[in-house]
Order: sequence, then C-alpha cells, then structure tokens
Amino acid sequence: MILSGNPPRGKLLTALLVLVVVVLALAPFLFPGSKPANVAAKICVFALLVASYDLLLGYAGIVSFAHTMFFGIGAYGIAITLYALGPSWGAILLGLGAAILVAALFALAIGLFSLRVQTIFFAMVTLAVASAFAVLASQLSWLTGGEDGRTFRVPEMLRPGFRLIENGPFGITISGRTLSYYLVFCSVVVLFLVMLRIVESPFGRVLQAIRENPFRAEALGYRIIYHRTLANVLAAVFAACAGALNALWLRYTGPDTSLSFNIMIDILLIVVIGGMGTLYGAIIGAALFVLAENYLQTLMGAAFGALNASGAGFVANFFNPDRWLLWLGILFILSVYFFPTGIVGKLRAEPKS
Amino acid sequence: MSAIDTGAALPQQKTDYIPVLLPLALALAAFPLIGSFSTWTTLTLAGLAMGMMIFAMASGLTLVFGLMDVMNFGHGAFVAVGAYVAVVAFAPMVALTQSPSLASNLMALIPAMLLAMAVTGVAGYVFERLLVRPVYGQHLKQILITMGGLIVIEQLLYATFGPQLNPLPLPAALRGSIPLGAAAIEKYRLLAVVVGLIVFLALQFTLTRTKIGLLIRAGVENGEMVEALGYRIRRLFVGVFMAGSALAGLGGLMWALYREQAHASIGGEMMVTTFIVIIIGGLGSVGGCFIGSVLLALLANYAGFLAPKVALISNIALMVAVLLWRPRGLYPVTSR
Repeated sequence: MILSGNPPRGKLLTALLVLVVVVLALAPFLFPGSKPANVAAKICVFALLVASYDLLLGYAGIVSFAHTMFFGIGAYGIAITLYALGPSWGAILLGLGAAILVAALFALAIGLFSLRVQTIFFAMVTLAVASAFAVLASQLSWLTGGEDGRTFRVPEMLRPGFRLIENGPFGITISGRTLSYYLVFCSVVVLFLVMLRIVESPFGRVLQAIRENPFRAEALGYRIIYHRTLANVLAAVFAACAGALNALWLRYTGPDTSLSFNIMIDILLIVVIGGMGTLYGAIIGAALFVLAENYLQTLMGAAFGALNASGAGFVANFFNPDRWLLWLGILFILSVYFFPTGIVGKLRAEPKS
Repeated sequence: MSAIDTGAALPQQKTDYIPVLLPLALALAAFPLIGSFSTWTTLTLAGLAMGMMIFAMASGLTLVFGLMDVMNFGHGAFVAVGAYVAVVAFAPMVALTQSPSLASNLMALIPAMLLAMAVTGVAGYVFERLLVRPVYGQHLKQILITMGGLIVIEQLLYATFGPQLNPLPLPAALRGSIPLGAAAIEKYRLLAVVVGLIVFLALQFTLTRTKIGLLIRAGVENGEMVEALGYRIRRLFVGVFMAGSALAGLGGLMWALYREQAHASIGGEMMVTTFIVIIIGGLGSVGGCFIGSVLLALLANYAGFLAPKVALISNIALMVAVLLWRPRGLYPVTSR
C-alpha cells in the first residue's frame, strides 16, 4: 500500500480495512454524539497501540508485558506537563518529547538487561517491571496524582466549547472535539504507515528472520541483541505516542486508563484475535474488540436477563455482561491454537506463486 | 594395574553456600537499623511466614519450568482456586473452625488443605492436558495460551462465586498472638512457617532421596537421556505439573487465610511475586526458589517498617541487584 509495498492482500480483507478506515475518517459526521466519538477514538488509539505491540510480538517474536508501561509513560508525559505548565502546544510537545525519551531509555535498559536470554525470561522480567511501575505511578501522588490521576486542560482549539465552523454548509459543526478526534486519527494514520514501512524495511526483514531462526540469522552476521533491542525501543516509542494521544483525547490520565494490567490483556486479546505478524490485524482487531466491548455487552445483558427470568440463575452468571472476558479468553485460546494468524490470516488470499 | 581407584568417592560439585547466607546477612543487617529486638523478631517472623507461603506457590512453577521448559503464566489461577476451596470447605465446618480448641481447628484446616491440593492437582491435570500439551517447545504460544488460561479460570471463578470479596475468617485458635518477651508472635504466622518448612523438607526429600526425585533431577539435566534409558518422561511431566499445581493451591489457601479474604484477583497479584522469586532463585532451582522467597519476604517486611515508600519497589530492586550479581539467578540450572 502507500509507501510500503505491503498491501493487505485478499479482496475481503482490503474491503474490510477500507470500510473501517473510511468509517473512522468520517466518524464525527456519521455518528454525532459523545459515545460514538469515544468509541471511534478508542479504536484509533488501540489500533496504534496494538500495532506497536505486533511489531514486538508478531515480527520480532518477543513477548513483553510492559507495553502498558510505555503506553502509560506517554499518557503521563502529556498529563504532567499540561497540568504543570498549563494548556499550550509547547507543553504538549515537551510532554511528548519527554515521554518518548523516557520510554526509549526504559526500553533500551530492559532490552539490554534481559533480551539476551530466552523469550520466557524477558516476558517475566517485563511483567515484574511493569507491575512495579504501576505501583510507583499510583503512589507518587505529588507527580502523578496517585489513584485519582490528573485531569488537565488542553489548548483552546481542542476544547469542546471551541467552534471552528458553526452551522456551516449541510449544517456541519466542527467543534474542538472534532478537531481533537482528527488530531488522534491523523496521527494514528501517519504512525501506522511508518510502522508498515518499518516492517518492510531491511530491518524488519531481519527481525522476521530472527523470529523464524535466530541461529541462522546470527550465522548470517546479524546481531540478534541489537535488532531485538531496537525493535523493543521502537515499539515502546510508538506505544508512548498512543498513550499521549489517548491522554489528549480523554483530557485525563490515571492508573486505570493507562497502566492497568487489564489494558495489557486487551492488547494481547486484540493482537492474537486480529492476527499476529500482520499489523493490519491491529486495525481489524481493535475495531472488533472496542465495538464488542461497547455494544456486545448490551447483547449479553439481554441474554443474561432472559436466562435469569427463565430461572437458570447459575448458567445466567456466565452470560453476565461483566463476564464477557470469559468468552473472549476462550476465543483467544482457540485462536492461538487454530488460527495463529488471526482474522487477517484467515481472510488473506494465498500469495500467488 | 588399574589406574582407577574404585574406592574413591565420586567427584562432587562444590556446594555453593553464599546464597544461603544472604537471608541471614539481611536479617543481621536489618537489626541495627530497626533497633528494637522485639520489633525485629516480629518482622523477621512475619517475613519468614510470608516467604514460606510464597515458596509454596512458587516452587511448583520453578520445578515445572526446570523439568519441562514450560513457564506456566496461568500458575496464579491455581493460587486463586486454592483460595476459593478454602471458602467452600470452611463453610460447612463453621462449628469446627470457630471452636476455641486448636485440635478441632486443625481438624477443619487439614482436610481443607488436602482438598485444596486435590482440587488444584486435578485442575492442573486438565490444564496440562488441554492447554499446555499441544504447545510443548513453543515458548511464544505457551506464554499466550497459559495467559489465556489464567484469564478464563479467573473469569470462571468470578462467574461461579461472584465478583465480591469473600471473607475468610481465621480459625479461632489461630487468631491473635503469643507474647514472647516484648515481641508478639502471631499464631497463624507460626503455623505458616511450619507448613512451609514441611513443604520444603518434603520436596527436598523427594528430590534427593527417592527414585522419582532422581528421575526428576535427571530430567532437568538431560531429558532425552532419561527417555533413552527407558523412562516415560511424559508421565513424570504430568505428575510434576499436578504436584506443582497442588502446591500452588496450598499456597493460595494459606495466603487467603493470611489475608482473611478470598478473591480471584490474588492469582494475578501473586503471579508477579512468584515470578520475581523464581528469577532470583534461578529458573528451575527449588533451593534457589526457597532462598529467593525468604529473601524477598524479609526485605519486604523490613523495608515496609523502615521506609514504606521504598517497600513498594523492594521486590524489583532485589531482583535487579541479584541479577547484576548473578545474571542467571542465585542457583543457575546448568541445562537452561
């Protein structure tokens, strides 16, 4: 596709992707109201976040549990600077820059510290580090606002009260909220294209070679530790960007929205169900997941009510909307077994010989 | 004629005692900082008790990894299952648990422990069969699948028992503390130390003095060779997995009683701690895991008293320090 020579392949997949992107691009006009806007923005942010994780899991074959930590670093970078310096574009840039730097340094340190050894060791170390970071962030209240997090003000242009066009042609109103959404959307599109380019670059190819056969890659003269660490740093930087965008959209950063382990589980579910090692899986997966999170639960609620009414109290518990992760978890296990390339892999046509 | 002296003892590896001294050194170093003997005794005992419970949860994990090269990210689920077994088992035995006599308390506690181990052992068998077996040797899938298992089991627990905290009162005779001079020693912690020591000694005995233990240790060193000698290492794997799950269940029951509440989230919480412990000990090493647990728990208790803010990251700091000193843990297992 654009810039990358990595087309989605497969007609149905292309059609789906185009549909998702077009709907997201027009979301503020197609579905007015705050809930659809939140859903659309969350899909964008998660598409970016999950794609950055896919860089690590799908392309480099590394399992990290610290991805929410980098997501959180981005979110807190924006929150802390905007809270301290007041709403200005300079503060946003400063916060973003600082967050990217911190995330890159952390990723570099963790990578050099633990990527030399096995996948398992890295997974365990990242889990431990991420949980310590989450505890730290919720305890250093003078800096992060503790459990309450930080609510901050964004520059004038991005506030809901701001009107760029009021009752323009076709009765269109472009508010600060719309602008915020397009800031998120456009950044995600650009960053996603950059990632597509990265995985098709020689560097990306080497990563895949290392994933498939580390010994052979090393024998060919590629430094495994260098490539893996760089992949880790890149993924961390993209995750920090996703976190910053999320913070700007929510105008709030707290442990639950940026650092909780539940987000890590969501990322894992999305990347595996969407399709590991495809990047496009992140878009499809995120769209499905966020839609399911927001609308499937209503459906489960109906089933729950019906079962409860029919007297199947115990069985009904399994359809309680709060238990939707149960079904996703089962779907997750089944997809690791039977469709390791996820939805995207299933939809992709066999490459022409 | 023969140059080989058949009477001489086989050459043995030197035993490495430095890690064993670490918890002692830590306890001694903390004494002057804390100052008061009674506080120090209380903290040390609390640390030992916590360490023993962590060890019970972590030992299975490290053993499974050592033998099968499987890191079970769903191990925490068995901890949570153990905690809920305590809730279910204690419910019909209120008369026994609330009686002030220690004997009748133990009559409730010991069957509950055995039940927890049996339930989690069987759960471990099913888990191994359904989730782990198809992905042997594929680390990435293993991590993902077992993590998925953790999510599913956690959600099943929520669906069955509801999302609320389940209170789990300690048996009457185990509440409160025994005064020892100026120090107060909580009864339950004493029990936890005893149970933990029994688990450790039983594990050590099995591993070093029985034929099964010999096979397990040989399997850790070189599984193919054990197979070539005609032993079915698969059965050994399953047995160890079940035993490891059962120990996690026991640890979960003890931990839930210690906190006097049961909730499915303790699985995820304890997972991080057990990972740190087995990384510190050296992946696959039971002895290292024991020392790691005690070290981590002692440090957490001392730090919690001396500098509560530091205690938040004491676990991770300990892990980093140990890895800087010995990058593969206190007792690296050679084959890994």
